[in-house]
Amino acid sequence: MSGYDRALSVFSPDGHVFQVEYAMEAVKRGTCAVGVKGRDIVVLGCEKRSALKLQDTRITPSKIAVLDNHAILAFAGLNADARILIDKARLEAQSHRLTVEDPVTIEYITKYVASVQQRYTQSGGVRPFGISTLVVGFDPNDKTPRLYQTEPSGIYSAWKANAIGRSSKTVREFLERNHQDEMDREQTIQLTIKSLLEVVQTGAKNIEVAIMSPGKTIEMLPDDQIESYVKNIETEKQEEAAKKKTRTGTTTAAILTRSGGESSETTRE
Amino acid sequence: MEVLLGITGKDFVILAASKAAMRGPTILKAEDDKTKQLNEHTLMAFSGEAGDTVQFAEYIQANVQLYTMRNDTELSPNAVANFVRGELARSLRSRNPYTVNLLLGGMDKISQKPHLYWIDYLASLAPVPYAAHGYAQYYCLSTLDKHHHPDITLEQGMKLLEMCTDELKRRLPIDYKGVLVKVVTKDGVREEPFDNNRIVKSA
Repeated sequence: MSGYDRALSVFSPDGHVFQVEYAMEAVKRGTCAVGVKGRDIVVLGCEKRSALKLQDTRITPSKIAVLDNHAILAFAGLNADARILIDKARLEAQSHRLTVEDPVTIEYITKYVASVQQRYTQSGGVRPFGISTLVVGFDPNDKTPRLYQTEPSGIYSAWKANAIGRSSKTVREFLERNHQDEMDREQTIQLTIKSLLEVVQTGAKNIEVAIMSPGKTIEMLPDDQIESYVKNIETEKQEEAAKKKTRTGTTTAAILTRSGGESSETTRE
Repeated sequence: MEVLLGITGKDFVILAASKAAMRGPTILKAEDDKTKQLNEHTLMAFSGEAGDTVQFAEYIQANVQLYTMRNDTELSPNAVANFVRGELARSLRSRNPYTVNLLLGGMDKISQKPHLYWIDYLASLAPVPYAAHGYAQYYCLSTLDKHHHPDITLEQGMKLLEMCTDELKRRLPIDYKGVLVKVVTKDGVREEPFDNNRIVKSA
């Protein structure tokens, strides 16, 4: 230990605040969450930890939380830290309604969440929140989808599509390759699930999906629907792989990744 | 001279509140809404000190909503009523208490039964089949005593309400500008059309 990670608010000589960086490590170890914007929709997808045999899945908390009727949040990192942060955000959302008679905008509540996270990097006797969040929803009387990300350091940023948590880099790169503007509902949900399947090996039962549309409250996609999406995506993938194989045996990088994808599919069965 | 009326029936609660916003003898507004929806199946009607009423109602609404978000469950009308009573009791013992009288109506999502609570600024809480606040109590309770039955349909409930407002028009010395009528059923809260222009002849 170099000694610069003892007290939270102490810089190391080369300008790092180690505790914040460790918090970011905690995020990387958390399960993956994806957010994708479409034309008039925004979708959150989460990797669910598979439940143990005796666990009651019905009352085990979800990684997707409702902040207000029009704003929801998904997180990656320490679940217990998230509970506290979510509670603060919910309180702020209602408090905002009470003081200015208007629901919060998505940017406002994101900024609030981020500023709470920032505060915990600069005060004594606390440790930073070990979570990143994706905040999505629609502003009141507005049809523009919103997607923001916050980090333990207190940084917040807006995205068209993004992933946080374990293997988020892989998923983000997948989204960068496949995201288009003006996607409809089906395409957006499909892209969300498809991108999650890049890292979730166990398929439908370890995925949860939430959908936000203008003027509506949260819509959780039912398990059977997620399953049918996953099945479609898998057959699509297999067909594509078969097509590639029949064409020629030329070895390219594309085929190499394809065969990798296949092997993961066989384990899924 | 604000009017609040509440009637329960087989599968509904009617809440009616006078539309006049008054300050002393002056009517400031004739289309006032003295109700606030707290959650999907609970509605609150309020009267009393001008600023207090809205302030208190909004405070209750925000807290009920917050509870729903935090616990992912809707509070039952009974739970809301007891929460409101608690807040009023706390306020009563503070330096400047709220002067608010309330009727709280709602459908219990689980038992599918209608509930109506009479609450006043002294933090009394009473579950009742029908209720009135203010001068309306003097004129309407006798009518309701005679004609109310727990199993009445919405149609009969609205008739009963009309009997009450007729009596108010007949006897109340000022014009309360008619009532705004809202109904809570298992499907939520809706505004019910109500003819306030009927002329009632006094004896």
